[in-house]
Amino acid sequence: MTVVYSMQHRDPRDEDLIKGTTGDWEIILGLEVHAQISSKAKLFSGASTEFGAEPNTQVSLVDAALPGMLPVINRYCVEQAVKTGLGLRAKINPYSVFDRKNYFYPDLPQGYQISQFKSPIVGEGEVVIDLAGGRSIAVGIERLHMEQDAGKSVHDLAPGNSHVDLNRSGVALMEIVSKPDMRSSDEARAYVTKLRTILRYLGTCDGNMEEGSLRADVNVSVRRPGEKLGTRCEIKNVNSIRFIGQAIEYEARRQIEILEEGGSITQETRLFDPKAGETRSMRSKEEAHDYRYFPDPDLLPLVLDQADIDRIAANLPELPDDKKARLMSEYGLSAYDATVLVGEAATADYYEAVMKSGKPGRDGKLAVNWMTSDLYGALNREGHTIETSPVSPKQLGELVDLITDGTISGRIAKDVFDSMYKTGRDPAEIVEKDGLRQVTDTGAIEAAVDAIMAANPDKVAQAKEKPALAGWFVGQVMKSTSGKANPQVVNEIIAAKLGASSDD
Amino acid sequence: MMSDLTKLTLAGARDALKAKEITSVELTGAYLKAMEAGKALNAYVTVTADKALEMAKASDAKLAKGEGGALEGIPLGIKDLFATKGVLTTACSHILDGFVPPYESTVTSNLWRDGAVMLGKLNNDEFAMGSSNETSFYGPVVNPWRRNGDTTNLVPGGSSGGSSSAVSARLCLAATATDTGGSIRQPAAFTGTVGIKPTYGRCSRWGVVAFASSLDQAGPITRDVRDAAIMLGSMAGYDEKDSTSVNQPVPDYEAALGKGIKGLRVGIPKEYRVDGMNAEIDALWTRGIEWLKAAGAEIVDVSLPNTKYALPTYYIVAPAEASSNLARYDGVRYGLRVEGKDITDMYEKTRAAGFGAEVRRRVLIGTYVLSAGYYDAYYLKAQQVRTLIARDFAEAYRSCDVLLTPTAPSAAFGIGEKTSDPLSMYLNDVFTVTVNLAGLPGISVPAGLSSEGLPLGLQLIGKTFDEETLLRAAFALEQAAEFTAEPKTWWTA
Amino acid sequence: MSVDQNTVRRIAKLARIAVREDELPALAGELNTILDWVEMLGEVDTQGVEPMTSAVAMTMKMREDVVTSGNHQKDVTGNAPSSEDGFYVVPRVVE
Repeated sequence: MTVVYSMQHRDPRDEDLIKGTTGDWEIILGLEVHAQISSKAKLFSGASTEFGAEPNTQVSLVDAALPGMLPVINRYCVEQAVKTGLGLRAKINPYSVFDRKNYFYPDLPQGYQISQFKSPIVGEGEVVIDLAGGRSIAVGIERLHMEQDAGKSVHDLAPGNSHVDLNRSGVALMEIVSKPDMRSSDEARAYVTKLRTILRYLGTCDGNMEEGSLRADVNVSVRRPGEKLGTRCEIKNVNSIRFIGQAIEYEARRQIEILEEGGSITQETRLFDPKAGETRSMRSKEEAHDYRYFPDPDLLPLVLDQADIDRIAANLPELPDDKKARLMSEYGLSAYDATVLVGEAATADYYEAVMKSGKPGRDGKLAVNWMTSDLYGALNREGHTIETSPVSPKQLGELVDLITDGTISGRIAKDVFDSMYKTGRDPAEIVEKDGLRQVTDTGAIEAAVDAIMAANPDKVAQAKEKPALAGWFVGQVMKSTSGKANPQVVNEIIAAKLGASSDD
Repeated sequence: MMSDLTKLTLAGARDALKAKEITSVELTGAYLKAMEAGKALNAYVTVTADKALEMAKASDAKLAKGEGGALEGIPLGIKDLFATKGVLTTACSHILDGFVPPYESTVTSNLWRDGAVMLGKLNNDEFAMGSSNETSFYGPVVNPWRRNGDTTNLVPGGSSGGSSSAVSARLCLAATATDTGGSIRQPAAFTGTVGIKPTYGRCSRWGVVAFASSLDQAGPITRDVRDAAIMLGSMAGYDEKDSTSVNQPVPDYEAALGKGIKGLRVGIPKEYRVDGMNAEIDALWTRGIEWLKAAGAEIVDVSLPNTKYALPTYYIVAPAEASSNLARYDGVRYGLRVEGKDITDMYEKTRAAGFGAEVRRRVLIGTYVLSAGYYDAYYLKAQQVRTLIARDFAEAYRSCDVLLTPTAPSAAFGIGEKTSDPLSMYLNDVFTVTVNLAGLPGISVPAGLSSEGLPLGLQLIGKTFDEETLLRAAFALEQAAEFTAEPKTWWTA
Repeated sequence: MSVDQNTVRRIAKLARIAVREDELPALAGELNTILDWVEMLGEVDTQGVEPMTSAVAMTMKMREDVVTSGNHQKDVTGNAPSSEDGFYVVPRVVE
């Protein structure tokens, strides 16, 4: 894209500025994210989109651009683009046009890419991103358009030759173009992360960056704070969120160095090399492009019925921002906890299942803590995901209840959890069968305290001098009750006894 | 066995086959023999004799059982622009050297579904770019017609010159053709045959090598109007593989013939009486008007004010689309490859060697008019003018049902006469190209001979998807014109 | 608007057609003849006129999301001037 988009004004934050040798610099970032639409078949042909097939086995005659072959659009892909547009709170254009972008490349069989240039299917929208310290900003979306992916050229199979595989050729992509609204690599990473979350919530793109389902072209420029925009470079096809951050950091410093040495930036396309951790110029793309866009005469304008748009809108899933707000109000969660939970729809779903499986009034904060510490820890350790968790939401909820109502202590709960994870048994059953029920009977606890005090008169004397030593008695009591004594009750009784003695 | 089976019309042959008076093998054999004898015309670029006889046998088996489709056993020639499965398909371009499609075009599939027999592939202008069939990589096609007392070889029109020449010389019973700016109708007019270009969207473009996607339409070239109706009925139809194919039922075109044209309003567009118009053409047109009036039609004067802008519009839109459509010929996946020092060098050498002069000219024009800074002035402007041209027709059709015009500004000319002046060649399409720009159906009907003894055609233009009325009017025109002249068979030597 | 030899060279490059230097003058001449002729459209008042998007009024048809084609590796590469192990082979492309 060579269009200059309107950008929002933001006062530069000190922590975002890069210190050069001659002063501060501000980074201006805009992203073009290519998201593969999760469809079974390609955008204009009936070939499969599955990843990893043998070369040229998922190529229809249309994808190979054999003479006389014609494109017919996949309705599902159109609906997914609309759905995504709605998810980005963007304007859906009821009239859009497919254009041909003409250029020669061996992985572009038609000699043109079918894309949308002047009239994209989705117009302006917005993505709110969450940043460290509870800060959040809105990043403007300029547009979303549909286009075909290209094939793949493999350069290292034989010297002097490239090998072309068209399996990807014609796969449906959404190009989501942001406004140049980001000012740091953190913001760019948060933007892509959030965008991916939204796409996954919508189910329109699987967001799998390793398989190339989501890639970003990053436009980077630097300027003195408040001055006019600098010349930008476009880093093509960055395929991980970490690399996006690294590429931006490297590229910004490269540009600053050039400028500080009195040089100037050449507008160009660059490639990020993750091994070297640097960007470098793509000379092959340096030739002046003239894509000769014109409406594809094999297709007609794409006209959407308002009724169809409304139907898609009506069936839109709850989006991360809405879910976050609801979790906060419904379960009294902090913004931080809610943000963590909504990062993946499955996590938030699990949490809600926990909260809905039992009686109303379950401790929401305690449930989050159990999910994000013990459950996540175990899942990671055992190579499970939230979807394959051996502990069901209902079971985790029951465990929380057992802690809240004092049946077990937090410490015992950890053992119960481990047992639940290993055996899949319900927590109540484990507590009963293993006799882990917390002892809250003050008489029994008092007896245990008395026994220990009687056996350790010297310690009693010391503790009376130094109340901090009371902890030793607590530990001994817990040990003698196999951890089942209610720690609160134990504390109170010991404090009372030591205090009472000192009054003698 | 009848003495000269190739004298039959398609309808006649169909009836004789159904009545078991002849067999498809006999009929097909007669055509294969005529093709062999007619090699001098260069109408065929590929002959599929074995396949033809095999298909004919299969048809005979069906006919013997009283079965078979609308074209059962009818031998046809296929323009080389149509992809034919397992049979060399080159669009008569060097760049498609050796290309054997693993698929069959929808239009030819429809013909085979209805029982037709394929004789071979017919010559055409390279990628259908031309009006004389002189741009074919396989050399020019010769018109079977010659001027009185003259042995000069004449062009058969283009781009469907192989189709028109073969039908006229009886080297096939009927032929498929395509029309982007007049490529069915002008060759028909040059050879005393009938050619109909249906409404855009009527015939599927799937499997037809593309020239200009928004203008290309397939149609038949035949001996007479009835044959055209029969052929079109088989070729037309909705195709879900072509986004621009229309989902409308195909009427029984043959049944529409002979209903007469009493009360039919025939529009005469005054702008077609162009400056310096050939007097013979003008006279023929006047005669045509009289014939239709005598048959009961009402003659209405209409105006198509943007007519003179049609050709320049066409020569922006068509090359622009072609420049993009022909980008796929890059030496990577099929056809010619000329090796180079790197990929770009390979592309450039392949395309330089693979495209002929006219194709190169149009690709360059098309590339230029789409290039940065020129799109609005050329392509956008042309598409706006196209809207105006279509509006002119819509306005004219408020007061008439069909239009009558000449098909071409002259009779067939000599091979080589116009090749040095592309613009004079382009002017051949002056009466036909408006129809493509507006997406309308048009038909050329042979209506008389020039003073030199060459056939001349009149064109009827119909309303969108109203091929029935168009064919009905054409049938009336044909009956009134009583065109029975035939070329002398000089080529059999 | 008339094209000079440099323009022809640039256009030929965009179109990936090798043109010899000695062909440029004649090509420029031919293209200019055609371009001068189409200049005629400048006379037409097209203010507010929508460009044509389809010769015949119709809406775009759509297909369902169903896999209908695949495993045609031979059909797809069978006509290739050079292919190997199911790939098309081309002269080395440098990125």
